[in-house]
Amino acid sequence: MTDSMAKLLKVGSLLLLLVLALLFPFIAGNSTYVTIAIFAFGFAAAATGWNVFSGYTGYIALGHAAYYGIGGYTLAILCQHWHIAGGWIPFLLVPLAGLVAAVFSVPLGAIALRTRRHTFVVVTIATFFILQLMSYNLRGLTNGSSGIDFPLITDWGINIPGISFADFYVLPFYYVALALTLVALAVSWFVRNSKFGLGLLAIRDDEDRALGLGVRTGPSKLFAFVISAFFAGAAGALLSYYIGGVQPTFTFDALFDVAIALMVFFGGIGTLAGPILGALVLESVQKYSATVFTQGGGGVYLIIYGALFLVVVLLLPQGVIPSLSILWNKYVLRRIEPTDAAEDTSAGTPGAGPVGDRLPRVNEGASA
Amino acid sequence: MNVLEVANVSKSYGGIVALNGCSLNVAEGQIAGLIGPNGSGKTTLFNVMTGYEKVDGGTVTFAGRPITNAKPDTIFGMGVGRTFQLTRIFPRLTVIENMHVAVQRQGMLGLLSRWSSSGEHQRALELLDFVGISRLKSLPAGNLSYGQKKLLEFAFILIANPKVILLDEPAGGVNPAMINVLAGRIRELNRQGITFLVVEHNMEFVMNLCHHVTVMHRGTPIAAGRPAEVRQNPAVLEAYLGD
Ligand SMILES: Nc1ncnc2c1ncn2[C@@H]1O[C@H](COP(=O)(O)OP(=O)(O)O)[C@@H](O)[C@H]1O
Ligand SMILES: [Mg+2]
Repeated sequence: MTDSMAKLLKVGSLLLLLVLALLFPFIAGNSTYVTIAIFAFGFAAAATGWNVFSGYTGYIALGHAAYYGIGGYTLAILCQHWHIAGGWIPFLLVPLAGLVAAVFSVPLGAIALRTRRHTFVVVTIATFFILQLMSYNLRGLTNGSSGIDFPLITDWGINIPGISFADFYVLPFYYVALALTLVALAVSWFVRNSKFGLGLLAIRDDEDRALGLGVRTGPSKLFAFVISAFFAGAAGALLSYYIGGVQPTFTFDALFDVAIALMVFFGGIGTLAGPILGALVLESVQKYSATVFTQGGGGVYLIIYGALFLVVVLLLPQGVIPSLSILWNKYVLRRIEPTDAAEDTSAGTPGAGPVGDRLPRVNEGASA
Repeated sequence: MNVLEVANVSKSYGGIVALNGCSLNVAEGQIAGLIGPNGSGKTTLFNVMTGYEKVDGGTVTFAGRPITNAKPDTIFGMGVGRTFQLTRIFPRLTVIENMHVAVQRQGMLGLLSRWSSSGEHQRALELLDFVGISRLKSLPAGNLSYGQKKLLEFAFILIANPKVILLDEPAGGVNPAMINVLAGRIRELNRQGITFLVVEHNMEFVMNLCHHVTVMHRGTPIAAGRPAEVRQNPAVLEAYLGD
């Protein structure tokens, strides 16, 4: 296989995936599945954003539920105060809600980023609890524990013969969620290929060394953090709108970050496609099992989650995408570059090193 | 003229005195050597000269400007590059990506544009070629052998066009053929005007390469001079044998 053929194959399969995603509601033919997909893509966008910070820098943030919550509350409050009717307008405000979350993340991120490693994780968790507490207590703004309802959507202003209101209802949400994921993916790709992104990856490997070589580590980390908060906020706004309301308990959800981190590790942390794959698989499993196993309080997904996670950790310890791309590289290396491979064995062929920690850009041909 | 001046620098870790009123000058255009038994404070001296550690007392000057306790990036930006005894490269980045980390760009636009311009790529490849590892450019740097990592670290310092380079045991773990190449490269760069300060245990390497050698013992220099003189100095033999 030649280089250009591989490229063609890659572009072709990406286009095919995109077409599949665009047609999915009609292929699925059932609004239950589309609803699952709305959540899956909402989480895919948030996970992709999270990965821009945590995946690229190696700083594990576990307080992004705060930004998800801020996004949700922002949209709900805006709709309430500006008396916006249910329908299309709230979608236009989703980016604004993300922006508000991003603004909050500037001081909060700056504070958290004064620390590293475990301390950083703890500080991010703390910011989440503080904001959750605020959503209970700033009653004038948040309506306390009863939360705020979004305006009901009674009419989209569009009538397509043969598609019922209930079937149509999920479509706008689905496409906005898909669009948000694509934007997040584009941003992630852009960052990864930029000088800024190279700095983030250098920080992940050896922050002090990177700083010593002139990488602007402080501003870079903060900027990546703000990007990730934006997508958490936008996802929070969109999914809260779909759910129909915000409330301190479930809009500021402590399990949100656990879910996001699991998704990213599952798919492959630091990769482009990994977070999306992880979110699509895990969120679908969760939502689907909740519809199938109506007994047991909806906790069955936790068992399935756990099992899936064990399988990945045991069989594909770097996550699905990196593991597959290493297999692919080995295969390609053996087939087309036997001489090169032999020459480089002094340094170990790609993928032959100790398991665990390599995500070279060269591997992306197969993965992203 | 001295490009680097260390005057009366002290540094302790708890009760351990790593540098004890240490003074050292590096003349511009030299390949200076720094030798001494293990634990004599050579690496610590590098650390305080390049901002990775703060001094307890004393001053460090680069090209007449005080750099005592300045930040590592400031000192690097002024033109002092260094390598580490245990290399500090970026193991999960590829070799060619490692080469680009120290490339400086100006402004927001520079940061948001592609990580490698064609000019930068060209220069990175030239330098990898210069140290003889360009064929490894697409490998994760963590997969390189110990010696190859040393060469990579040397190459990625060079990309920032430093005026002075401090090398901490550059020949350790590098195979003999490669050591000769490395010595040749250092001489070549020195002819182009780069000043070197080299810590190395390999005596043959130091004696052949360096114009001037300083011997450290218990955190302070005990002898300095041309390699041949230093080799004869009884205090030096004493320091090595006594420990
Ligand atoms: N970070 C540190 N913490 C504690 N002790 C240190 C540290 N760095 C160096 N030392 C001590 O300082 C002394 C000098 O060490 P070093 O500068 O590494 O010597 P050399 O490079 O000449 O072998 C040693 O006794 C060493 O144990
Ligand atoms: Mg040392």
